[in-house]
Amino acid sequence: MEKFIEAKDITFSYVNEMEEPPVKTTVFENLSLDIYKGEFVAILGHNGSGKSTLAKCFNAINIPQSGEVLVNSMSIRDQEKLLDIRQCVGMVFQNPDNQIVATIVEEDVAFALENMGVEPAEIRRRVDESLKTVGMYEYREHAPHKLSGGQKQRVAIAGILAMRPECILLDEPTAMLDPKGRREVLKTIKELNKNSGVTIVLITHYMDEAVQADRVVVMDSGRIVLDDKPKKIFSQVQKLKALGLDVPQVTELVYTLNADGFDLDPEIITEDECVDALYELLKK
Amino acid sequence: MIKDITIGQFFPGKSIVHRLDPRIKLLLTVIYIVMLFIADTFLGLFTGVVFLAAAYVISQIPLKMILKSVKPIVPLIIFTGILNLFFISTGETLIKFWIFRITTGSIKTAVFMIVRIIALIIGTSLLTYTTSPIALTDAIERVLSPLKKIKLPVHEVAMMMTIALRFIPTLVEETDKITMAQKARGADMESGSLIKRAKALIPILIPLFVSAFRRAEELAMAMECRCYHGGEGRTRLKQLHCEPRDIYAVIISAAFTALVIIIDRVNIF
Repeated sequence: MEKFIEAKDITFSYVNEMEEPPVKTTVFENLSLDIYKGEFVAILGHNGSGKSTLAKCFNAINIPQSGEVLVNSMSIRDQEKLLDIRQCVGMVFQNPDNQIVATIVEEDVAFALENMGVEPAEIRRRVDESLKTVGMYEYREHAPHKLSGGQKQRVAIAGILAMRPECILLDEPTAMLDPKGRREVLKTIKELNKNSGVTIVLITHYMDEAVQADRVVVMDSGRIVLDDKPKKIFSQVQKLKALGLDVPQVTELVYTLNADGFDLDPEIITEDECVDALYELLKK
Repeated sequence: MIKDITIGQFFPGKSIVHRLDPRIKLLLTVIYIVMLFIADTFLGLFTGVVFLAAAYVISQIPLKMILKSVKPIVPLIIFTGILNLFFISTGETLIKFWIFRITTGSIKTAVFMIVRIIALIIGTSLLTYTTSPIALTDAIERVLSPLKKIKLPVHEVAMMMTIALRFIPTLVEETDKITMAQKARGADMESGSLIKRAKALIPILIPLFVSAFRRAEELAMAMECRCYHGGEGRTRLKQLHCEPRDIYAVIISAAFTALVIIIDRVNIF
């Protein structure tokens, strides 16, 4: 597969200038990660593991002190390519309220296109298209503050989608949503990945979301500790627990049953697989 | 409670006045103000009032809203009336006491000034009643855009206004939440002297400010992610263009202004 984002030996640290002398906090050192075209990657890790900081390096919001990040073979250090990079790698944040700029849904979706200087007729077309993709077309003339959290987050995704990015970074997009909103947003993300071939990098705390990805990257204090298919990751129950992470409920169940002497496939990660395996077990 | 406040007293509707180009509405408001100020006679002023009444009837704004717009300036109206009544001394003296004289001229001027001020306020309110704050901001940005040439930050100011309008409901909601949270922790905001109650606001204001700054930072980052790089080379989703109705509106207003001038010249009432 073709590499889309290539991070090579990057080091990033925050410097707190307010302190005397300035305090330097290194988030990660010599970290490398490749994201391939069309992939759905989930990044897991508890707070402070550096996953958001890393994602912000992918669209030139954070510029690492050393190392190189290439997006579609453009360097994020290249000032002239800055807008091109941001157009092709969109980012959705945790709090939907803090990323909506306009007072009308369709104007907010149009914001990025207005910045890019797209022709008004084309803006109209792309705004309608993006709103339809996320299923918010009927709400195009509503005020954002009257929508639910999940709806707001879908509007935010539409705003990014309108730029026609090749990759979308989502920084805990469901953390502030109720279960219904979470389902809506995740469904939208998966459809984008499957139907439009958009590369997805999803930073999340929820294991059941990570299960649905093609690849899971686990970070811990600035290092990548695991990087594999979800099945391979979640079957390592003890290792994940040692890192302070949860495992999906079904994996936990299978793990507990196996510990009690049953013989189930430890790579079961979805409910359907689990139901089938238990059915087979009980039939015997 | 405070959630229900409306900003800029916009009164949504579909009348022709609502649908006029906001830039034209700004222009019409200016024409109207000029009309009121060049009117020197009662008949001239009356013509202006007729124009205003017609605009209100077409826009279908309820009478209640008109009264609401006048309410806050009642003290100003009374003050102007009294000032004119006592300090103008033309015409025949009607009543005289101490150093004050009320004359026919002073009554006339007082009434004239009051009508003019009321007409001015009601007229300019029509602009905010029929134009959404966002459309108004947009219009102001476009009307003032020539000033960019002399390095005035027109786009930036308009952007700030848009974001402020966008965040008012969000911050109001947050204030509600913080107030409740502080009350749940035993904060007392309803009793005590004025100073005590003002001090009780501090535990609400500080968290509100902190959160507003945090929001601002996040919003700035989200805007950067969406390729925001100032007003340069920006296009707009909604193009404003003048329809025939906008041109008619300008012609009618100009005609009324001309009428006011003619009436003033002819009439010596």
